[in-house]
Amino acid sequence: MPEAPMLEIRGLDAFYGEAQALRGVDLTVAEGEVVTLVGRNGAGKTTLLRSVMGLHRQVTGELLFEGRDIVRTPAHKRARAGLGWVQDDRGVYASLTVEENLLLPPVVSDRAWALDKVYEAFPVLADRRRAGGTTLSGGEQQMLAIARVLRTGARMLLLDEPTEGLAPVIVRQIGDIIRQVKESGGTVLLIEQNVKFAATVADRHYLLAQGSVVESLDNAEFSARQAELLQHLGM
Amino acid sequence: MNEVLQYTIQGLAAGSFYALSALGLAIIFGVLGVVNFAHGACYMLGAVVAAVLLDTVGLGFWPALLVVPLIMFAFGVLIERTLVRWLLALDPLYNFLLTFGLTLLLVDLVKRRYGVSGLPYERPDVLRGQIELGALRLPTYQVFVFVFSLLVCVLVWMLMTRTRIGMIVRASTERSDLAQALGINVGRWVTPVFGFGIALAGLAGVLAAPFRAITADMGSNFIIILFAVVVIGGLGSILGAVVAGFLVGLVEAFGQAYAPTFAQILIFVLMAVVVLVRPAGLFGREETAR
Ligand SMILES: Nc1ncnc2c1ncn2[C@@H]1O[C@H](COP(=O)(O)OP(=O)(O)OP(=O)(O)O)[C@@H](O)[C@H]1O
Ligand SMILES: [Mg+2]
Repeated sequence: MPEAPMLEIRGLDAFYGEAQALRGVDLTVAEGEVVTLVGRNGAGKTTLLRSVMGLHRQVTGELLFEGRDIVRTPAHKRARAGLGWVQDDRGVYASLTVEENLLLPPVVSDRAWALDKVYEAFPVLADRRRAGGTTLSGGEQQMLAIARVLRTGARMLLLDEPTEGLAPVIVRQIGDIIRQVKESGGTVLLIEQNVKFAATVADRHYLLAQGSVVESLDNAEFSARQAELLQHLGM
Repeated sequence: MNEVLQYTIQGLAAGSFYALSALGLAIIFGVLGVVNFAHGACYMLGAVVAAVLLDTVGLGFWPALLVVPLIMFAFGVLIERTLVRWLLALDPLYNFLLTFGLTLLLVDLVKRRYGVSGLPYERPDVLRGQIELGALRLPTYQVFVFVFSLLVCVLVWMLMTRTRIGMIVRASTERSDLAQALGINVGRWVTPVFGFGIALAGLAGVLAAPFRAITADMGSNFIIILFAVVVIGGLGSILGAVVAGFLVGLVEAFGQAYAPTFAQILIFVLMAVVVLVRPAGLFGREETAR
């Protein structure tokens, strides 16, 4: 594992009003790593990812991105610093065309994919570039949401359940994209309920339960304990 | 036949004021989530400022079409920076109440300074009289107001659909937090958008100046109808605001011609029917209706 972590979270608590959703979460992601968050429904996975992005603000603790504390940084500046957001509902804009959806976020680094490269990798988006964003199928919208952050050159992708509810063939494509991102030196933190899928893309895994990290596993341990984990997840 | 045409152009001219103002209201609501109750007062101010500038410095109608919206833009920026901004984090009701209070204040200040009787405003010579098209005779000013307003609406539409600014405004309107997570500094657009919306109301006021009685109260009834326009068109929908603006102008003109006592009621009947059939309005998205 490379030395300096890209993302370091220490003692993160998150609240919704009085209710506490995260309790002292410690987590690190090194540059070039693919790390998953697994856990039951309501464990706090989305809250954790939204807190990293700056969309959930009722938090205390430390959030370091590339060594800088970003707890007080507004979301748009975190995006410009290199965090690439893919929301659990895909977050495709209905009032923007496919191409406008791609062009909306500003380019943040020289890793940015040119539009041509995006269209080459996702031919379906090229075909539908002038169509309204939400006229795409669920799988196509997920492709669009991922392509959108790849185009910005985000150095670390935050993906909230990118494979949820999608057909196996699409899930495989998303796996390919994540592996491609990793090969080109990208970093990914993703929420993934599909344990089998998680084992095929990730280096490490954090198991969240009731707002806390209960286990941190490398991929070998994770794969060996798949049956047990599935049971924990209630599947 | 000629009569119908006459009411049509009259309705489209009146609808122009609604369309321009509703456009401003819709854009402000979209980006800030604020229902600007002071929009009627800003329309009134547009007309008053035009009349006062004509009277004091001799600024004519044509330059007023540019100068007054600029002044109103600055006024909007001032209001947003000093007042509206501080309440944005709270329930939108607070800004609704704030702008309601602002309306009372503005109306009273104008009354105090300029009285309750109307300020005079002459239409420019070229806009007097009638245009003759074969057997048809149409009032020049009404035709001008309609064509000019339609042009402005088309320009705003192109700004919204063809430019990066428009793309950001649409994205912030649809989902502001997501736009921020994608690196858009939505906060930066809040002030100019508010100013722009107010400028559109001011422009409607200038256009109304030679056509309507310029009084402190001219915006009071206007804002009520404007709300009906926005509900009919769909809250936050730009196309809806424009189409519903002209539609309501037509309903009003024909109502006044054929059923004068029901003219206003007709507008609200139309609103009720639209809400029953399409709760989100003619062009609204279903999710904004919730
Ligand atoms: N807006 C909210 N207001 C109040 N409580 C919330 C809110 N969003 C989430 N919670 C609570 O916070 C806890 C964590 O929710 P979160 O959405 O982060 O879980 P998750 O692990 O992403 O679940 P899922 O697998 O269902 O997506 C849950 O108990 C949830 O009820
Ligand atoms: Mg979730």
